[in-house]
Amino acid sequence: MASMRDIKRRKVSIQSTQQITKAMKLVSTVKLQRAKNRADRSKAYFECMYKTVCSMLMRSGNINHPYLVKGSSDRKAVIVITSNRGLAGGFNSNIVKLITKGELKKEELDIYAVGHKGRDALNRYGYTIKADGSDIVEEPVYADAQALAMKVLASYKAGEIGEIYLAYTAFKNTVVHIPTLIKLLPVDREAAAADNEDSKVLMNYEPAEDEALEMIIPKYVTSLIYGALVESVASENGARMQAMDSATSNAEEMISHLELQYNRARQGSITQELTEIIAGAEAIS
Amino acid sequence: MAEESKMFELRVICPDRVFYEGQASMVEFNTTEGEVGIYRDHIPMTLIVAPGVLTITEEEGPKNAALHAGFVEILKDKVTILAEVVEWPSEIDLDRAEKAKERAEKRLEEKASDTDIARAETALQRAIARIVTVK
Repeated sequence: MASMRDIKRRKVSIQSTQQITKAMKLVSTVKLQRAKNRADRSKAYFECMYKTVCSMLMRSGNINHPYLVKGSSDRKAVIVITSNRGLAGGFNSNIVKLITKGELKKEELDIYAVGHKGRDALNRYGYTIKADGSDIVEEPVYADAQALAMKVLASYKAGEIGEIYLAYTAFKNTVVHIPTLIKLLPVDREAAAADNEDSKVLMNYEPAEDEALEMIIPKYVTSLIYGALVESVASENGARMQAMDSATSNAEEMISHLELQYNRARQGSITQELTEIIAGAEAIS
Repeated sequence: MAEESKMFELRVICPDRVFYEGQASMVEFNTTEGEVGIYRDHIPMTLIVAPGVLTITEEEGPKNAALHAGFVEILKDKVTILAEVVEWPSEIDLDRAEKAKERAEKRLEEKASDTDIARAETALQRAIARIVTVK
């Protein structure tokens, strides 16, 4: 059995870890609240954007715009949104797994990383990291998403890549976060049409439809990226809150277990001392 | 009631908030095809926004804002402006806008080979829109 001092030292160390995890949980709770509000506020924009783009695409059946047709290149760009910091449970590794275990071929991928954790992990697996925008993860603003979208769209237009994907953690609610991989470009026309059966208004476009498409699609891509960034921040803090919560309760459990061990060891040593004293007294008399 | 039927529902949404939501009798803004004013019962239309002044005419009178980018979806009794950037006059820094205007004008005048003309022009338009909105 471990000595009393060892047990005590172990207990103290776990207690201070517990304090840290508790504090981290509180911090991420506050951050989650803020990120959640942001995500809620920006929701109106995306819903509107999605609806408009879908109804546009439905009526664009015969337009052969490059944004709607797969590029000639086999290379695929993936925008991978993770976090800069760890200790958030499976948050980052789930996204990385989505890519390494998915159907996408490693050789064909260009990774546009947002978040150190995802970048480092994919780099280790030998993926091509084309660009790194990790500094925008903490407080994403719309302009950041725009800059990233421009970069990806430029290589799409130049024919360097044929498809664009986006990997992020969707924020369902505080405890449910879903790692998601969606295709940004070319736009999936059938899926868009399926989502938008009820719209029957005959819409006019000014400038003409294909020109309007040319201008709206980049905005659509930007808004999806921005939405993904905002949701990902919320998910990150949610995941960290959960991870730290279970870490705190695990520490609690370990401490009570050690407490028991410690008391047992102390009782043992008292009993032993008593036995020794009595034995000694008997020997003298 | 005749007054009421002239009103339509207007929503101005930008990525981080709902900028404006309410009843308006007219809305004016600048598009890639020129400046337009929309009343109720306009034909359904989608327009692309160019930097300019957004004027919302409510019952109490007009309200100005600077609208820089985005697009507009017009339905019979509902107009939705999806704006990438839109600001109330109180949110605009006039000094900064003036400086941006000078900078853009200088860039356009010099016509250096590495100048992105289109970018400088939009920057100029944006600055002008801000200044006009405030004044």
